[in-house]
Amino acid sequence: MKLFVCVNQVPDTETKVKVGQDGKTIDRSEINLILNPYDEFAVEAALQLKDKNGGEVTYVSAGGDSNKEVIRKTLAMGGDKGIHIKTDNTGDSYSVASMIAAALKDAGADMIFFGKQSIDYDDSAVGTMVAEILELPSASVVVKLDVDEGAKKVVCEREIEGGKETVELSMPCVITAQKGLNEPRYPSLKGIMAAKSKPIQEVTPPAAEPLTEVVGMRKPSGKQAGKILGSDKSAVPELVRLLHEEAKII
Amino acid sequence: MKIIAFAESVHDSQTGSGKFKKVAFEAAHAASKLAGELGGEAVALAIGKGVGAIAQELGGYGIRNAYTVEDDRLSLYSTTAFAKVIAAAVEKLSADVVIMPASAMGKDLAPRVAAKLKAGLAADCTALKGEGGAILATRPVYAGKGLIDLKINSPKKIFTLRPNVFSPGAANGSPAAVEKLGVDLQDSDFSSHVTAVTVAKAGRPDLTEANIIVSGGRGLGGPENFGMIEKLADVLGAAVGASRAVVDAGWRPHDDQVGQTGKTVSPSLYVAVAISGAIQHLAGMSSSKYIVAINKDKDAPIFQVADYGITGDAFEVVPEFTNELKKALGKE
Repeated sequence: MKLFVCVNQVPDTETKVKVGQDGKTIDRSEINLILNPYDEFAVEAALQLKDKNGGEVTYVSAGGDSNKEVIRKTLAMGGDKGIHIKTDNTGDSYSVASMIAAALKDAGADMIFFGKQSIDYDDSAVGTMVAEILELPSASVVVKLDVDEGAKKVVCEREIEGGKETVELSMPCVITAQKGLNEPRYPSLKGIMAAKSKPIQEVTPPAAEPLTEVVGMRKPSGKQAGKILGSDKSAVPELVRLLHEEAKII
Repeated sequence: MKIIAFAESVHDSQTGSGKFKKVAFEAAHAASKLAGELGGEAVALAIGKGVGAIAQELGGYGIRNAYTVEDDRLSLYSTTAFAKVIAAAVEKLSADVVIMPASAMGKDLAPRVAAKLKAGLAADCTALKGEGGAILATRPVYAGKGLIDLKINSPKKIFTLRPNVFSPGAANGSPAAVEKLGVDLQDSDFSSHVTAVTVAKAGRPDLTEANIIVSGGRGLGGPENFGMIEKLADVLGAAVGASRAVVDAGWRPHDDQVGQTGKTVSPSLYVAVAISGAIQHLAGMSSSKYIVAINKDKDAPIFQVADYGITGDAFEVVPEFTNELKKALGKE
């Protein structure tokens, strides 16, 4: 199978957000960048398919030079090669999706995987946009995956409010992965060593125009610490009273 | 400016009719408000089986004209077919803007519609403002640790609205005029389609839709102690959530997780029990209207965002809280 996994580099979940000098983006001076957590489930899904059906796993990441780090990290988990879409300005979901779609248009993919969202801009959009640009079926927020390579058919489950949907789709297709799909493997020492010699191809696509424009970024006004009502169960009646009279919730 | 509100519905196979979700009314009301601010017109679009019979309800939320696309094959969701229908409606009605819920369906559908129409997408918005002919959207980034204001520069524009944030308004308008839209659908338009829906945890609301959430953390000591969390939730009619530590330990399923790598929630009341309040958890719930924290560690960061806190032992406080609520709510 020809499998592709699109991966992204994001600030880690412990990051305290500071607004950068441009007033529109995060201050990147003191942040630790990691592989987008949801992408790990996408990587694992592709590697399991390769283990079962054979084939080739290629990682794709769009961004500056540091994006090579996440490609190396995923190559250490397994897989064969990387494509680094080199750009200093990723723009918005649509421009990123356009660049990825351009890189994959003639790649002959059987399946293209994404994490269900990047934990920076949280758009949950790029994977499905790539599917639409390439005119492929898709399923997002997938927690269970069953691939019938011979029949070119995929049956999966996606999370919805209060339940799950079973989705049937034909291959080639795009899947975005949610936590719960699998248990991502850790890179082994051997894998880390092997990743160093796996090829990463650099491509520079024509710049794609973003369709949206950030006017400003700010911190949410945030909640203030409220009242401590007590240190044991004797505080409970007061809590119930406040929920009733002040918050008017009950 | 013409704005289409996508009115999400579910098809009930037992009654044979469609039913709008609350987020449909949130989208309808937001579209009508925006049309008022910008001097445009808001219409609604309902897709599915049996939506024709209910589409007039949208009039209550400020919509005068509701359009329907009905087809038996649309009784269950299909990303490819629904996207084709919405894009066709945008062309037929010469619409400029589509407003959709950032629900499971909307989050899947909006990027597809956006790419089809080469329309910019502002996803998961928490505020929309029409000003000087333009729409300014506000949305959380980094799981709510930051907010951005953005505008869309393409001629067609798509906005999705975070559920539970926009008011559906009061259902007091006159019924909407309902008109059928014809969209030609081929079997090949269903290359991805839902074949079945399974409902989990019947009887308890879903985290992202719940008005009240009770969440438990690692301080509970083990999965067996979630019983008291569930009892409290039952009295409140609440959903049950969990911290990442609890999910990673395997005490609760991953779809219960609240936080940056779980669900982002904004209920009216969030009760955090034995949760310390790691930054990744706070990111997912600090936009709740009221927060109650129960934790014996008085220095736990959760108290910095809590409206009401009790610095006591959860095993003592929670059962008492449940009992007092039963009394107050007459559920004894």
